[in-house]
Amino acid sequence: MEKQANKVLVQSATAGFEEKNDMLVTVVPAEPGQGIKVKLVSPVRRQYGKHMEKLIVETVQAAGFSDVNIEAIDKSAWDYTIKARVLGALERGMQK
Amino acid sequence: MFVPGNNPKMINSADIYGADSLMFDIEDSIAVTEKDTARLLVAEALKAQKFHSETVVRINHPTQTPFGMDDLRVILPAKPDLIRLPKVECVEEIELVASEIERVEKENGWDAGTIRIIAAIESVKGLYNVREICKHPRMVAIALGAEDFIANLKTNRTKTGIELYYVRSQILMAARDAEIQCMDTVFSDVKDMEGFEHEVSNSRDMGFDGKSVIHPKQITEVHRLYTPTDKQIAKALKVLDAYADAQKNHKGVLAVDGKMIDGPIVVRAQRVVDQAIAAGVNVEEKRELA
Repeated sequence: MEKQANKVLVQSATAGFEEKNDMLVTVVPAEPGQGIKVKLVSPVRRQYGKHMEKLIVETVQAAGFSDVNIEAIDKSAWDYTIKARVLGALERGMQK
Repeated sequence: MFVPGNNPKMINSADIYGADSLMFDIEDSIAVTEKDTARLLVAEALKAQKFHSETVVRINHPTQTPFGMDDLRVILPAKPDLIRLPKVECVEEIELVASEIERVEKENGWDAGTIRIIAAIESVKGLYNVREICKHPRMVAIALGAEDFIANLKTNRTKTGIELYYVRSQILMAARDAEIQCMDTVFSDVKDMEGFEHEVSNSRDMGFDGKSVIHPKQITEVHRLYTPTDKQIAKALKVLDAYADAQKNHKGVLAVDGKMIDGPIVVRAQRVVDQAIAAGVNVEEKRELA
């Protein structure tokens, strides 16, 4: 993924729903230098947890963020949904 | 088939029902507070998934709402086949969307005309400008959005469809004049399949090219009603064969089964065969049934 300029969250924000095939993503601003931390809750965590965490981190990085805490409650979301919900939460987190 | 644009479960399964077009909706089925996430979800779905059906995105109106231009900014790079523009009232609205499409096509090095437009007439004002709207070069189809139109007319939807007869006729004439397709409005009562069949048959007989649907079970019915019968196909083939023979042997007047065949009958026969082929029918198998 192509990385964008460094961006900063100004507030916590959520996107998505706790519904089948969806993911509720919450992004919280983090201290500079902390990096990207993901807390994932998923019924398929044992099978796909690493893949999903990697996808979330890559999506956050590609969107231009370096320091974000992310909580993701997964309901068996497909990759495109994970990406869309992460981008949606980040976009909302940038709005004052 | 309309698919709510903020529902991953429905988007995931939308492609398995055999719809000719999937219309991902980020307009009326999406709450004002979720427009931003719906447009992202549809865009990512289009980028990631390979849909067998034609893909359409119904955006919010670009000038009557604050969402439409943002919808285009996010959706166009995902390269849908079509943008559905709701509540169109004048050709300037088509021009605005077309110019955005043109800009994105150039930016991405896509062929001009990669993304086309289908517009919906949903008001009397839109109806009065429908001929000009249909003639815009980006337009490939015009549709009727009945619920808003009826609200504008200050009447109610009836089983007979009398309240929509004039608008259906006018939109159809404009589509034929501009040589684009014409799509009928949705039938909202998914439990009433008899009423649905009646409405699809009527709009098909008026000349509409297709029907918008809101439930997978309506797809099969539309396909059945729009696929010519074996008898119709066999008769059409007989007419086309007779016409080809007449052309080859320089015959002036020809007849099939005692009835004179002229130009318009040949055109209609060709349309029957084209519709059958489009529906996946092996027309050659039907020749012997004539």
